[in-house]
Amino acid sequence: MADTSDVKAHQLESGPAVCGPYIAVITNKTANLVIRGVMLFSVGVFLSLVLNLLQVQRNITLFPPDVIASVFSSAWWVPPCCGTVSVMIGLLYPCIDHCLGKPHKFKREWSSVMRCIAVFVGINHASAKVDFENNVQLSLTLAALSIGLWWTFDRSRSGFGLGVSIAFLATLTTQLLVYNEVFQYTSPDFLYIRSWLPCIFFAGVITMGNIGRQLAMYECNVVQEKKHQD
Amino acid sequence: MTVTERLRQKISVAFYWHGLLCASYPVPIILFTAVCILACCYPLLKLPLPGAGPEKFTTGVRDYTVPPEDPGGELGERPEWYHGPPVAYIQQVLVKAAVSPWDSKLVPVDAFRSPLGRVFALLDEIRSHMHSDSSGVRSLEALCLQVTDLLPGLRRLQTILPEHGCLIVSPGNYWQNQRELFDTDPDLLKTVQQHEPKGLHVSATLKDLLFGVRGQQTGVSLNSGKRVVTYTVTMALRSYDARFLGSLRSRLKQLHPSSNCSLREEHIVHVYFKEEIGVAELIPLLTTYIILFAYIYFSTRKIDMVRSKWGLALAAVVTVLSSLLMSVGLCTLFGLTPTLNGGEIFPYLVVVIGLENVLVLTKSVVSTPVDLEVKLRIAQGLSNESWSIMKNMATELCIILIGYFTLVPAIQEFCLFAVVGLVSDFFLQMLFFTTVLSIDIRRMELADLNRRLPAEAGMPPSKPGPLRPRETPPPPRPSPHTITLQPPAFRNLRLPKRLRVVYFLARTRLAQRIIMVGTVIWIGILVYTDPAGLRIYLAAQVSEQSPLGGAGLPHLGVAPVFPRGDPTSTLSVLPPAEPTPALPENLSQGHAPQAAGRAVPQIRWGPEDGEAWKHLSFRHWPLLFSYYNITLAKRYISFLPVIPVTFHLSPQEALETRHPHDTHHAPPPPSSTAPDREGPPPQGDLTLYKVAALGLAAGVILVLLLFFLYRVLCPRNYGQNGVQHGRRRRGDLPCDDYGYSPPVSEISPLLLRGHSMDIECLASDGMLLASCCLAGQIRVWDAQTGDCLTLIPNHGLRHCSSSGGWEQRNGWDVGELESLGAEDPDADVALLRRRAAPSSRPSLFMDQPDLTPLIDTSFARLPPSQATCHSGFDFGELVERAYLEHEPSPSPTYPPSPHTPPQRRRSVGDQPMAPPEPACSSPPDWDSSVWALELRGNLIAAGRRSGRLELWDAVEGSLRCSNDEGVSGITALAFLSNRIVAARLSGSLDFFTVDMNKPLGLRQYRGTPGRGSMPPLSPCYSSEDVISCQVTRSVQCAHHKPITVLRAAAGRVVTGSQDHTVRVYRLEDSCCLFTLQGHSGGITAIYIDQTMVLASGGQDGAICLWDVLTGSRVSHVYGHRGDVTSLVCTTSCVISSGLDDLICIWDRSTGIKLYSIQQDVGCGASLGVISDGLLVTGGLGCVSFWELNYGDLLQTVYLGPSSEGQAVRQLLVLDNAAIVCDFGSELSLVYVPSVLEKLD
Repeated sequence: MADTSDVKAHQLESGPAVCGPYIAVITNKTANLVIRGVMLFSVGVFLSLVLNLLQVQRNITLFPPDVIASVFSSAWWVPPCCGTVSVMIGLLYPCIDHCLGKPHKFKREWSSVMRCIAVFVGINHASAKVDFENNVQLSLTLAALSIGLWWTFDRSRSGFGLGVSIAFLATLTTQLLVYNEVFQYTSPDFLYIRSWLPCIFFAGVITMGNIGRQLAMYECNVVQEKKHQD
Repeated sequence: MTVTERLRQKISVAFYWHGLLCASYPVPIILFTAVCILACCYPLLKLPLPGAGPEKFTTGVRDYTVPPEDPGGELGERPEWYHGPPVAYIQQVLVKAAVSPWDSKLVPVDAFRSPLGRVFALLDEIRSHMHSDSSGVRSLEALCLQVTDLLPGLRRLQTILPEHGCLIVSPGNYWQNQRELFDTDPDLLKTVQQHEPKGLHVSATLKDLLFGVRGQQTGVSLNSGKRVVTYTVTMALRSYDARFLGSLRSRLKQLHPSSNCSLREEHIVHVYFKEEIGVAELIPLLTTYIILFAYIYFSTRKIDMVRSKWGLALAAVVTVLSSLLMSVGLCTLFGLTPTLNGGEIFPYLVVVIGLENVLVLTKSVVSTPVDLEVKLRIAQGLSNESWSIMKNMATELCIILIGYFTLVPAIQEFCLFAVVGLVSDFFLQMLFFTTVLSIDIRRMELADLNRRLPAEAGMPPSKPGPLRPRETPPPPRPSPHTITLQPPAFRNLRLPKRLRVVYFLARTRLAQRIIMVGTVIWIGILVYTDPAGLRIYLAAQVSEQSPLGGAGLPHLGVAPVFPRGDPTSTLSVLPPAEPTPALPENLSQGHAPQAAGRAVPQIRWGPEDGEAWKHLSFRHWPLLFSYYNITLAKRYISFLPVIPVTFHLSPQEALETRHPHDTHHAPPPPSSTAPDREGPPPQGDLTLYKVAALGLAAGVILVLLLFFLYRVLCPRNYGQNGVQHGRRRRGDLPCDDYGYSPPVSEISPLLLRGHSMDIECLASDGMLLASCCLAGQIRVWDAQTGDCLTLIPNHGLRHCSSSGGWEQRNGWDVGELESLGAEDPDADVALLRRRAAPSSRPSLFMDQPDLTPLIDTSFARLPPSQATCHSGFDFGELVERAYLEHEPSPSPTYPPSPHTPPQRRRSVGDQPMAPPEPACSSPPDWDSSVWALELRGNLIAAGRRSGRLELWDAVEGSLRCSNDEGVSGITALAFLSNRIVAARLSGSLDFFTVDMNKPLGLRQYRGTPGRGSMPPLSPCYSSEDVISCQVTRSVQCAHHKPITVLRAAAGRVVTGSQDHTVRVYRLEDSCCLFTLQGHSGGITAIYIDQTMVLASGGQDGAICLWDVLTGSRVSHVYGHRGDVTSLVCTTSCVISSGLDDLICIWDRSTGIKLYSIQQDVGCGASLGVISDGLLVTGGLGCVSFWELNYGDLLQTVYLGPSSEGQAVRQLLVLDNAAIVCDFGSELSLVYVPSVLEKLD
């Protein structure tokens, strides 16, 4: 019941999905991939900008008047990097689902995806705004929140594994960058950085994977329909 | 039974009873809930209203002590924030300086150069001031706020703002507080202006910071009218020392007395700054809100199958919002003051609480059987979902509980809120939302009932019980009023959900209203918080304009020195101020007598000067402190009473300090009094003009933006109905409002050409297709391939004998060959072969060996025109007709010698040859036109105007039987199995039975050698069968007016007549079952199908649905202006079309109009339904496919190659999902495009 209504909803939502050129675009694998990539990239860039803003705000409450500068306060390469990584993750998740043979079915709706994004932003918000007593507490809280995010919106073992590995890799890369002094954190506390970064990365991976899977569902549906038709 | 199961059962039972309760007493429960919400929200009234502006608190200066750190005990009148020392005490020395009297020798720069120059001396004075008393010697250094570095981002301000030591700012900072730099500066204005931001600015600028007064008040500009320079020396003090400040005050006053200054220096004003939300902080907040709205949107979109989708969505949102309010209210009630920023955590709270339960509830209730009572439906739906709801709730509570044990205060507080919110949300869901849902569902049922009530009232014998169509429960359908459209405006109908939202917005003018309310609220907030000092500015403007405003102001200056009528002359009416007291420094005294007639700049001190800082932007102080990385958020600063200082400078002094470059500036004003006259108004007005211009520009941009949005969102032909969509051309395809136009199908329709005139009747049985044109020619086509199988000629010979006939035929042949050749060369060849060689049908000719020589000779002898006439089946048909007309004839006078007479007749022509066979069924009556055509198996039934019924063999083209018994024209025919029903113009109804007999004569033929092997040619009625058509019953007075429509299905025959009634007959015994009355006009359309659904439409534009079993009227709607021309029912809807060229789609169970489609002119009647979900309509030269449930235009197929098409008047849907429509004199066979099959 839920599934059929879901499929129907998607049909309706993608309005022209029942006819011509749109179908052609959707079913064309390359074009579909490109569309998904672009969407994921923009989402990644946007989230990175916004979340960076959150982090910047941590210490300073009143800004010098140039606000626009503070929006782009991070180095120029950070948003594109985030975008690229999110494209990677967003395409990787459905791909792995496909390889494992069963598409992800748990809570596959846009409302759930939106909820997931909201929770992700909330985790970032908490890490940036809430004052914790010590870093252990912060990292534990964030870890619990991230795992809660996974359990609420994903619940797939592949998702968890991929999230952990990518979070690990990303943390490693960040630390390498810091060692090579490509950039530095404002807070010199090494432990501090290490504690919250993997959790944020993990939550981000889960979120982007969720979005990617949802986007891939269109292709799935349309291709299935096509098969039925054939 | 495990514990879980028992629990589950208990919960479900409890929910069941709860659902019953809610559905039974909706109003009391909603009232109760509302009272609960209000009660819980009551404590919120105590919370202060949020505002961004700073708060003020005033204390007396005499008994001022630093407030204690601990707010403790009784607060009294003191605000909450007033505890602990302030960030800084601000001591301002307000300087007003003027060169007086003004000399005509002076240039404008002189008005401020020397007054500004005085600041350095003043600064020295302040810095070096010492106060010594019993406790020791104190200087400013000890008291002032020591600042260190500027923020790293402010390098450009490094030379200007103090970087070390005391935070003292004054205009002197522009020149690093060095008199030499000032003296050598050639252009003071440039120095001042170079740090100003370009363009418009709302925040405090550097000039404001250093001068300490608002830009316009400084008087430092070339065209300043007042020539009074105002500036401040601002000191930030770390601690308050009353004695030191007192001595400084008295010292400065003594040095620079302000004679008429009556500032009361008895108040310290404490200003508390709230946490300011900058744009940068707003962006993440905005993002979370956008995500929140997306979440709500995607969630509520799933609500379906209810009467008012929007109402329920609103109820869901209200549920969540009020549960949040309740949670805040309850927390406040129990003493948990919210310290978190409400706006920030709010979206997360909504996300945590979620809308899921509401949706699950709706879905579950909606999916219960519809024919249950509303109460029971609600109760069942609730109890079905009770377990999952409880489980979810428990899980969420657990998660929140875990969150509570993180022991981080902020998270704990959040969790507390979330728990209370969850519980109150559950409460509201159970009471409020369930009740709203029950009301909604009841409304849905009521709507059903309302549609049926009139029908029940109008039918006395009807039984109310079976009225309810149990066999067809009301199908899921979209809310009707969301897609009921004004027909003409939305020609290109296509309604995806996004568009429905837009329509909804357009209909309710929601956007407009929201913008309006938003603007009002925004203005209210502006006025309330007064961020830009708007109120004060306005007040100042008013007081400046009004002559009485300055009445109370003691002012310096001699009234009679203003002889002309300038604005200030009003002041001369006032009692003149006391003569200027002796001022030690004021050298102008001596010049006063000869200064008569020249302007003397006045220095006035008013009460508003004491609070000059209030005129500053409210960001002034936060900005100044933020430069030194000191935040004022949630802290306060204290303003000490200003110290007034007045400088009067003589013209000589001004001349002395003049820089050589100063004279290069704009020439002195022609009249020294001119600035006095014109000065002040431009000052004030300029700002107003700026604001007005800005507003105008913003308005223009807004209009442009809205226009753009309008163009993007609204239909192209909005507001010009009836002009644009008159016809659809090939170039401009109907497209939806997003510019997406459904594709023209790749397949081209099959054109069946052959008729010489417009096609009148169409009939099909799926395999074959019969058409009849106005000329009376009947053609039979293969519905699969489009081949013309048979031609039943009428006055063929007459035409054939003329050359015109030849050309016509020739033209047809070529045309058909062309049309066929395009698609199927094989078929083409086959056809050619079939035509060219009669031997390709040996079966036909083998048993008539004596005919072949005749044929040969006829080919040879006859003129070519006739030869072509005989092409194809004409011979066989002739021969068959010969059989047909001779064998079954009862008269034995005609021996079985059929060969010559038919041949002769054929060669002679089709003139009525009655004399030779008077008793037999008369030959085809070519003179009267065919009015009705039906096709079953291989028999074509044709009803003619003369009242004659003919049965033709579709394959062979021979007349099998005819009946002349009626004299009145046959207006409609129905052909079911072996019965034919003919309705006549006279209103009588004839039932015919078609009998097949193995004819005797044929047996005789069989017996003759060479004829025994004749194979049966047709599947239904073998050509050798003798077919007779007997009138079994004739209902003479079925209607007393002409019968217009006749339909038969499911063993019923339904007739509609111009006498406003519909009659239902049983087919077997021709017995009239019902006479259905209810139309107020002649019946024009009837639909009946195997499921006994009967719908009728009349000239009054009304459509009635009838129950065939009981004869009662199920629903009655008015849908068309003019006749209803055609009616089709599907399982869920009724589709009607009218003379107004409108196709309306109605919900079958409720009779609510779902939407309508405007057709091309004259194409109204052409419509058909394929497989329940696909609507086909004809247009001008094209056929359009629509998705039936939502009215989406799927595809348009053009029939002709040219853009100018003829209107499609008739449309027939065949069993193999092909469509046949007439297209002028051609027929068009369209296979439903494959892409459409996806719908099935």
